[in-house]
Amino acid sequence: MKTSLDGLIDESVTIIREVAAEFERPVLLFSGGKDSVVMLHLAVRAFAPARIPFPVMHIDTGHNFPEVIEFRDRCVAEMGVQLIVGSVQASIDSGKVADVSGPRASRNPLQTVTLLDSIAEHRFDAVFGGARRDEERARAKERVYSHRDSFGQWDPKNQRPELWGIYNGRHRQGEHFRIFPLSNWTELDIWTFIGEYDIDLPSIYYAHTRPIFKRDNMLMAVTDFLPPDEGSVVEQMQVRFRTVGDATCTAAVSSSASTVDDIIAETAVARVTERGATRADDRMSEAGMEDRKRTGYF
Amino acid sequence: MERLRFATVGSVDDGKSTLIGRLLYDSKSIFEDQLEHIEAVSKRRGDDYVDLSLLTDGLRAEREQGITIDVAYRYFATPKRSFIIADCPGHIQYTRNMITGASNVDLAIVLIDARTGVIEQTRRHSLLVSLLGVPHLVICVNKMDLVDYDQDVFNNIRAEFEEFASRLDLQDVTFLPISALAGDNCVTRSANMPWFEGPTLLHHLENVYTASDDNRIDTRFPVQFVIRPQRADFPDYRGYAGRVAGGVLRVGDEVMVLPSGLTSTITGIDSPTGPVNEATPGQAVTVLLADDLSITRGDMICRPNNRPRMSQELEAMLCWMDDTAPMQPGKIYSIKHTTKVARTKITEVLYRLNISSLSRETGINQLAMNEIGRVTLHTTAPLLFDDYHQNRTTGCFIIVDETTGQTAGAGMLLSPRT
Repeated sequence: MKTSLDGLIDESVTIIREVAAEFERPVLLFSGGKDSVVMLHLAVRAFAPARIPFPVMHIDTGHNFPEVIEFRDRCVAEMGVQLIVGSVQASIDSGKVADVSGPRASRNPLQTVTLLDSIAEHRFDAVFGGARRDEERARAKERVYSHRDSFGQWDPKNQRPELWGIYNGRHRQGEHFRIFPLSNWTELDIWTFIGEYDIDLPSIYYAHTRPIFKRDNMLMAVTDFLPPDEGSVVEQMQVRFRTVGDATCTAAVSSSASTVDDIIAETAVARVTERGATRADDRMSEAGMEDRKRTGYF
Repeated sequence: MERLRFATVGSVDDGKSTLIGRLLYDSKSIFEDQLEHIEAVSKRRGDDYVDLSLLTDGLRAEREQGITIDVAYRYFATPKRSFIIADCPGHIQYTRNMITGASNVDLAIVLIDARTGVIEQTRRHSLLVSLLGVPHLVICVNKMDLVDYDQDVFNNIRAEFEEFASRLDLQDVTFLPISALAGDNCVTRSANMPWFEGPTLLHHLENVYTASDDNRIDTRFPVQFVIRPQRADFPDYRGYAGRVAGGVLRVGDEVMVLPSGLTSTITGIDSPTGPVNEATPGQAVTVLLADDLSITRGDMICRPNNRPRMSQELEAMLCWMDDTAPMQPGKIYSIKHTTKVARTKITEVLYRLNISSLSRETGINQLAMNEIGRVTLHTTAPLLFDDYHQNRTTGCFIIVDETTGQTAGAGMLLSPRT
């Protein structure tokens, strides 16, 4: 059966195979979020019936939705891949970063240190990420093979030209590449794939009822790591998550979509980008993502 | 639903970013938070209207300088087609980024300011579109609102362009009079130009016929990765993974593997979504053969009676893209062509192409950043290739500086001049 996703799947699978062929130590970032789930499924299909020839890695802030961690562990067990966990808590304990505190504290920015340390520790030279160009303006300018210097930094003004389908992964010792096989996928494409191939996701992507409080017009879930803001009202609301990240900075959307088809219908008429709706981290400044990417963020 | 990749080429003065903003806005592909954001920025800067170019200029330096530095990718869909836009900067120093954006598109849009007509930049961009073999070109004569929607202005620019383009290799050229700022002929037909009977830009993008653009005759399958499961349940599986670069592979086909020249028969084709009977250009598949041959990455599967050329002596149009060092004949570079990496020397610059006058300048032995020349190369291993005009995938290569790792040049292989 031919579908609209064929060209995208072919492109992504080709990129994943190319990296496996040319790099010595690739790793695939796997958070349990929908994009990384799709990426992992594509990697399985790229090498089937052989196993994926590289491990997966989760950068764990310790502030997780329990449903996502349960899903993560089940997923890697079923697929028979090796999971490496880079722990932000360990970075804090070793004194490499200071934990954040205060009512709006989020460990999200601390992940960069743990990510770069984990890449160095395991000497990874290619790091697959599930980022898409439609997510955010700085991402829209990033190459599929994105070069990082020995500090893990991205230099948007000095990106290598990327022509035809030929990728240049040449790098010096200590440098690495971030690889984005889903660059040309949109949020709708991701959901279409999940629907067509019956891909399992963490339950919080679908409508459920949970305690919610409002912060800057965003719906924040009350969790062990995120008590309600002082003076805010906690309500039981039917919500789902469009993105799944650190529990302290990922907001929910009001939704009754309980199936993939419901979500596709909702996404097709969505009037707000998924990051605009739900990511407090992107609201920090006009160049929030660009600044974080420059210093080595996902 | 089909997907169309297109590039938009031009400088900020041509209103290119505004045109993209217009397509996204009028096709209702802009999200509210994006619109609110650019409305707020436009207001803060004191603009009279919402600056749609802010949608695409994403990096801080771009917003500060009001220019587009790098290719930005945008996505939108109509009920008829999905679109991937590669928004390419037009400044001369960013030629390499334009080539990046336009190298693998189905269609390119070149903008011309109706007030200035065909300028050197138009010629340069059209030449690059021609060299890259982009199958479809749309010339948008923009800012028609500033020339009173005058039909003569449009016709004169068209005639001027056609005279220049007669010396280029352009397959399919469409001319459209538009105003990206006012919205004329972008998504909806213009009431201001009743004299124009052609389609709107969006209508053209939705309907341009691309199914015949691929080479479906010459079977080419560069082997990318050999799949050999170390699993008890697949003891004998040996598959050759790659992306079809030309022609059609079918189960039962007799094939030849190059460079060895050994032949076998396709016994199965696995795709990422299951077994298939045939694979066409662009498909990523794993090919299974009847015989246990020694095949490695960089080999090419083809038909015994239709083989690519095989040589260590190459001739190509080369665009130099390294701003740190000019191309130096005799220096050893790395070359990547399909799935094969070798080393190469550029042996001679036959001529440098003057991209404004199209004249051939001889007696030159270097190419600086953004310069294009016809060169000869000698490689350490034979490449399996076709003329770029026959097959974009097996006819293209990149040159990599072995010290810096930079992608220093982009080449299109041509038949040697006789």
